[in-house]
Amino acid sequence: MTYDVVIVGAGVTGASIARELSRYRLKVLVLEKEAEPAFGVSKSNSGIIHAGTQNPPTSLKGWLCVEGNRLMREEIAPDLGLNFVQCGQLVVIFDEADRPGLEKIKKEGEELGVRGLKLVDRAWLDANEPELGPEVKAALLVPSAGIVSPYRYVYALIENAVKNGVELRTLAKVTAIARVQKGGFYVEASGRVYETRFLVNAAGLYADEISAMAGAPTFRITPRKGEEYLLDKKREHMARRIIFPMPTAESKGILVIKTSDGNPMIGPTASDTQDKEDLSTTDEGLAEVLRETRRLMPTVSKSDIIAYFSGLRPVSGKDFIVRCEESAPGLVNAAGIQSPGLTAAPAIAVMVAGILKERGLALAPKEQFHRLRRRPAHLFQVPLEETRRLIEKDPAYGDIVCRCELVSAQEVRDAIKRGARTLDGVKFRTRAQAGRCHGGFCTTRIMKIMQEELGLSALEITKRGPGSELIKDDRK
Amino acid sequence: MAAALAAREAGVSDVLLLERDQHLGGILNQCIHPGFGLHHFKEELTGPQYADRFARRVREDHGIEVSLCSFVVKLTKDRELSYLRPGALEEVKAGAVILATGCRERTREMIPIPGSRPAGVYPAGLAQKMVNMEGWIPGTEAVIVGSGDIGLIMARRMALEGVKVKAVVEIQKSSRGLVRNVVQCLEDFGIPLYFQHRIAMIRGRDRVERVDVVKVDDQFRDLPGSGFSIDCDTVLVSVGLIPENELLEMAGARLDPKANTPVAEKVNLTSIPGVFACGNACKVYDLVDWVTRDSELAGRMAADYLGAGARA
Repeated sequence: MTYDVVIVGAGVTGASIARELSRYRLKVLVLEKEAEPAFGVSKSNSGIIHAGTQNPPTSLKGWLCVEGNRLMREEIAPDLGLNFVQCGQLVVIFDEADRPGLEKIKKEGEELGVRGLKLVDRAWLDANEPELGPEVKAALLVPSAGIVSPYRYVYALIENAVKNGVELRTLAKVTAIARVQKGGFYVEASGRVYETRFLVNAAGLYADEISAMAGAPTFRITPRKGEEYLLDKKREHMARRIIFPMPTAESKGILVIKTSDGNPMIGPTASDTQDKEDLSTTDEGLAEVLRETRRLMPTVSKSDIIAYFSGLRPVSGKDFIVRCEESAPGLVNAAGIQSPGLTAAPAIAVMVAGILKERGLALAPKEQFHRLRRRPAHLFQVPLEETRRLIEKDPAYGDIVCRCELVSAQEVRDAIKRGARTLDGVKFRTRAQAGRCHGGFCTTRIMKIMQEELGLSALEITKRGPGSELIKDDRK
Repeated sequence: MAAALAAREAGVSDVLLLERDQHLGGILNQCIHPGFGLHHFKEELTGPQYADRFARRVREDHGIEVSLCSFVVKLTKDRELSYLRPGALEEVKAGAVILATGCRERTREMIPIPGSRPAGVYPAGLAQKMVNMEGWIPGTEAVIVGSGDIGLIMARRMALEGVKVKAVVEIQKSSRGLVRNVVQCLEDFGIPLYFQHRIAMIRGRDRVERVDVVKVDDQFRDLPGSGFSIDCDTVLVSVGLIPENELLEMAGARLDPKANTPVAEKVNLTSIPGVFACGNACKVYDLVDWVTRDSELAGRMAADYLGAGARA
């Protein structure tokens, strides 16, 4: 059997491309090396839907970001039932000498088509963002920025793509790619070989290796590590918008971020590394994040921190790579997708579909494309009356598993039915284990529900896939 | 349970006992080691035995309605409660409310310990639940962070299950735990205890592979050159308890921000009349016997409050 398109990588880029291609009468396969989608670069994303500012006006990522922001607000969020919140952002300056820089960001943003940009003074900030530090002099208000849960976004895309006929294989690491004489590729992943006419490379940190395997060693990915620290939900309202400092040459700086789950987040650091697996956090990173965010917001305290993690941005030069490769006909790379990749993803997907069409892939719309996805029920997002209605429909909504984040047994089962196979997969979908106790109370209960639903032994249950088993022996 | 029984003895006719877990007794059920009840019952019991003495009396008392798997989602200062249980959202108004919600464990994230985030890092109480309630052995070679009683007892428990406990690492100069636990749980098992040391890094991608340990000075600063590594697949974190008073906070009671305990003049009182907090939710106790003593007092205080209300 030959696929029309094989997509390597089920992060936000690959999932967006899969969902976009699922509109058409195509045989599409997504190969993901991890146990679940979003377990690579995407899971550590901060969840910001950027407006498009802080990008050079001539850059590819700049206009993809502006278009992705529009698609998120107007189509993706309502269609897929995402909890997107358009909270807006501020880019603040600590020194009046930086005002021309702020005006440049405004001008460049306007050139890219970002709307509603406005310089605001200290008096406006005092009235609207009262916890900002005394050093802040002025800011650029960017109203079209917002936030979304990065992993629930990827799960929504993949679920909808699969509903529309896309195949997903997890724990399928691509180990070899060979050209087919008449055109196309053989792709070997975890011992199986798939034949495809077109190959889309959305392999994140490993996109350089995949491209080289397919015959196009045209770029290198350098991981740029970022440490992020999550604060207690009790600090949810300390900032009303996402707060940025002036960007540097390497990054948008260390920010105060709102998240769609309520917990504010501070970070990320930015340091280049050679190790594509290094997800450690450090004492130095924590000190830097605290120092920088306290200039923005002095009320941030170390004791507010409830969780932390590192992510690796897949960097290749200054811009995204979205192109076909002449040395490997049939290959389309979507690589070097660092910030603002989560925002740009829907626009990248449309662009990739366009490239595939140019290269001879017929995009015939399906008679029935299921555009809409039902939003999973989360007790933490609904008022009590809605909870009552859910429990009347299904008693297990009243059976609370995770006390810190109010997650019921029914939500855990629903997450597993929607594809969760690991404890992290349950956590990302439901928030169970993501609160103050970090699973101290609920882990064994969730493991037992997973045993029931998936028919696993306790020894087979993992945190995030093979090698991360929770227990070593079962003496029951 | 002690508060409910004491309230009944003091004349309260109708008690609703809400338990969020699937059984009565809370954390005592997983504390299968002896050492409970020496003061209250003048005999040495295990945790489940101690809990069972109360559970029997609660079940026999027809004035106490027990509702298991019942999770309170709302509490107001006027003592209106909403709780979820399988199949229902219930709303009740109480004359008096006693919160006996216990503690949660401080976590790795609250210290915070840097490094990677592999499987194999567990709060000690979770590991205790896995071993004692489920028969699940979480690892083969363990390092324990913190020498409080839970950490000490879990060091022994793991050793008894054949797990090689390579070290207990304590940042302070001495143990917060009971002396008898240091002797019986570590010394008797030959488990090394490192005072004034901290875990500087957890290593391992999918599962813990190693921890880096470093000695610290009196100001908790790392001593250069003192670092060493221990190979292990499990890290148990036992670094203290935090009273679970989110319901009190929701009702608008004053809480000490550092200890997360109610601010009030006397034990068991909160800043809201008619709302009491007892046991480890009120303050972190060493011994369950003292929890029982003060919780019985809370039951009588609530009865007094109701009596005063009826007379008024």
